[in-house]
Amino acid sequence: MERSLSLPRPSLRFLPVWRRNFRVWRKLMGPSIVGNFGEPLLYLLALGYGFGRMVGEVGGVPYMTFLASGIVVSSAMTAASFEAMYSAFTRMHMQQTWSAQLHAPLEVEDVVLGELLWAATKALINSTAILLVAAGMGLVGGWQALWVLPVTLLVGFCFAALAMIVTALARNYDVFTYYFTLVLTPMLLLSGVFFPLDSLPAVVVAVVRLLPLAHAIELVRPLVVGGEPTGVLLHLAVLAGYALLGLAVSSRLIERRLRR
Amino acid sequence: MRLDPLGNPSSVAARQDGAAVAVRARGLSKRYGDRVVVDGVDLCVRAGECFGLLGPNGAGKTTTLRMLLGLTPPSAGSIEVLGLPVPARAREMRRRAGVVPQFDNLDPDFTVAENLATYASYFGLKGPGLKARIAELLEYAQLADRADAPIQALSGGMKRRLTLARALINDPALLVLDEPTTGLDPQARQHIWERLRRLLNQGRTLILTTHYMEEAERLCDRAAIMDHGRIVACDSPAALIRAHIEPHVIELRARDADTFLGRPHAFAGVRVEHVGETVLLYAHDRERLLAAAGALPFIQRPANLEDVFLKLTGRELRD
Repeated sequence: MERSLSLPRPSLRFLPVWRRNFRVWRKLMGPSIVGNFGEPLLYLLALGYGFGRMVGEVGGVPYMTFLASGIVVSSAMTAASFEAMYSAFTRMHMQQTWSAQLHAPLEVEDVVLGELLWAATKALINSTAILLVAAGMGLVGGWQALWVLPVTLLVGFCFAALAMIVTALARNYDVFTYYFTLVLTPMLLLSGVFFPLDSLPAVVVAVVRLLPLAHAIELVRPLVVGGEPTGVLLHLAVLAGYALLGLAVSSRLIERRLRR
Repeated sequence: MRLDPLGNPSSVAARQDGAAVAVRARGLSKRYGDRVVVDGVDLCVRAGECFGLLGPNGAGKTTTLRMLLGLTPPSAGSIEVLGLPVPARAREMRRRAGVVPQFDNLDPDFTVAENLATYASYFGLKGPGLKARIAELLEYAQLADRADAPIQALSGGMKRRLTLARALINDPALLVLDEPTTGLDPQARQHIWERLRRLLNQGRTLILTTHYMEEAERLCDRAAIMDHGRIVACDSPAALIRAHIEPHVIELRARDADTFLGRPHAFAGVRVEHVGETVLLYAHDRERLLAAAGALPFIQRPANLEDVFLKLTGRELRD
């Protein structure tokens, strides 16, 4: 469809969509914050202490630190994917929130971008909570850990954009379970969140390196531990590549779905 | 942008130009594969009028509205709304249009007042004027005392009124309403009609679809009757009735209709129609009509838009 050129600053039209979701989140902030802090704390304490005793050090750092840096990333992935599937589908299909937005002077691309950036924001909120918990437990190595925040925003956007493809094709909520079980969970288990990649067969590692999560972890883990990541450009490029692919494909699919 | 929607809207200027056109569509078509939903529709809606789009289910009314709003691209044809080509500049056009959709899409995560504020944000409206504006619209919708109520606590009529108020948030010159009173009780419908009348008096242009012929007759300056994706007639309700229906009508209902049909029932100068459990007799000559009905109890009434509708779109059920 031809785009209008006369409106100023077209790139900011997603903002009201983002703000709408933020306002709803703020209304229910209390319980969700408890969840944001409580769950990772439980994971870290249970898994970290439990496994940590047995495992000791992994890759030169205490297991608890290793695990914390992994969970910072995986929770960004989970939060963004969940928001871009269950919540976005609810707004698109059940509540018809998007149709109201499209009756106003907004286009499909504005709605999709606003939703993806909101999902990325949720990822950032979750990861920040975990990072704070980890810092409180003395697991964070230095101030360079602040770089983790923009990275989780990108990780969140990347996974939200991929999940939005699933949402664009979804007829009901069932398909999201498949995506979680068949795509996200294997990626989560094999990408180095819970144990280092080099303990896996070379073939598996080669495949995992084609997927975004491992790259996110290789960026975040050194930053949390107090070191410096290597191959930064490659990792960012992979994440950005998946993000742009997801954005382009999901926007196209949703345009086709809603504009028919 | 002016924030005085209920006083003196910007559309008045358009109305003063007598020939101003709010919507013009030519050769409008929409196909889904082999299925033709809208088939070469030509439409012209004058600024400041209430224009009705009537037709049985599946006639293509909603699809036509969606194309006019730039919500779905036409397969063929050209559209101009408020002087802007659609869909090319639909977004700009929608800044000056309001939409009341067939199915409520109020935001269930917000209260009544928050719904208006959130919708305003989609138009980029903000500032001190907005608060006054929302208060005014709540008053207009008779929901001022419900400003902080959740959407789930509203009745069907209240939801419709809020949806209508929401559609006015941007002071639109054109309002598009898809079945605005479907499912409402008689009081709630009267309420909506009164509010739509006020909008017309302010000089706004209204396009509405409806299944209620009484509603169309009451509100619409002109109406188009659609069937199978085409417009089969378009004029003022009075002119449509004059052009298509004999002036005298008698209705026979239920058992009386059966009795009538059970006897020889061809009468010179009398047209006999059978719909559901009703037999309708039409004639130019009142005496012939009365003779045809004989001793059966009947209801005599003036011809109305429903007669036109049934004549032009047929009597079989549409689902």
